[in-house]
Amino acid sequence: MDQSLYLVGFILFAALATVATRAMPFLFLAKHRHHPILDYLGRYLPPVLMMLLVVYAVSDLPMANQQWSISVGSLIVVAVTQWLSKNALLSIALGSVIYMILI
Amino acid sequence: MHLLRLSLPVMFGYLPLGMAFGVLFVTELGLDWYWAVAFSLIVFAGSAQFLSVGLIANHAGLFEVFVAVFLLNSRHIFYGLTLLSSLKLKGWRKAYMVFALTDETFSLITGLPKESGLQQQDYWRLAGINQSYWVFGTLIGALLGAQLTLPDLGLEIVLPALFVVLAVEQYRTHRAAGLMVIAGLIGLMAMWLWQDQMLLLSISSALILMLINYVRQRWTSHSI
Repeated sequence: MDQSLYLVGFILFAALATVATRAMPFLFLAKHRHHPILDYLGRYLPPVLMMLLVVYAVSDLPMANQQWSISVGSLIVVAVTQWLSKNALLSIALGSVIYMILI
Repeated sequence: MHLLRLSLPVMFGYLPLGMAFGVLFVTELGLDWYWAVAFSLIVFAGSAQFLSVGLIANHAGLFEVFVAVFLLNSRHIFYGLTLLSSLKLKGWRKAYMVFALTDETFSLITGLPKESGLQQQDYWRLAGINQSYWVFGTLIGALLGAQLTLPDLGLEIVLPALFVVLAVEQYRTHRAAGLMVIAGLIGLMAMWLWQDQMLLLSISSALILMLINYVRQRWTSHSI
């Protein structure tokens, strides 16, 4: 029982903390929604964030020995395929299959 | 059907990752499966949930839990910031959208090109589909628990590949090559300086640089 109470409290606090990060701009900045600086960020923050997420996600891939060339190489295949085909599933599938075979 | 197809890469990421969380949760903590599922339903934040396993094992205080999870997820503040002027959803749909704004869902709704035909009304549905992958993965992992050893197929490539695809689409839309190269360098530098908090460090540095750049542009355009 004691353990359950702790877990309920834990879930509640963890959920509140998560929602706080996701909702904060909507709660505190909603009035300034049309400020030009938010338009600027709304337009250019996504490409920046996406690059940072790429770096972040790539760092989870195996890089030791010669594995980095497989990891980075398959992602370059993904990027080139996507650029040419505009077909996300095709690009991801092709890069992933190459990675899975070689790694 | 259309939305399911768009969310497919997220499925390949979330199902195995959710399963990994479920397995880890029940084997490390010896708790019943439904606690793991409750985490994925109510907390729904990948890295914070993995961290939670460690925090529960150490019986961490709840204030500490709040601070740790808040800091770990603080990058999500910038996702909300980005959507602030564009998100048109109202009421519970908006509330759910904000609640379920993970890295992957944010990337999909801001990153997919116009031709994908994604409407605002699809945003929260897509978020829901993504969360259901996560919850379902957790459920399977938690039920199978210790008996399960995940086959090592190399699925870890799928989410990085999704981010690469979305970055290519961002480039196609904005052609902001310089900005994106600088962002990549900031990311690498943050990885090198402080790997544990790479996203937080790199996002805040990039944001500060962008604000400086914005002010500089305004300044020069006014003085001409």
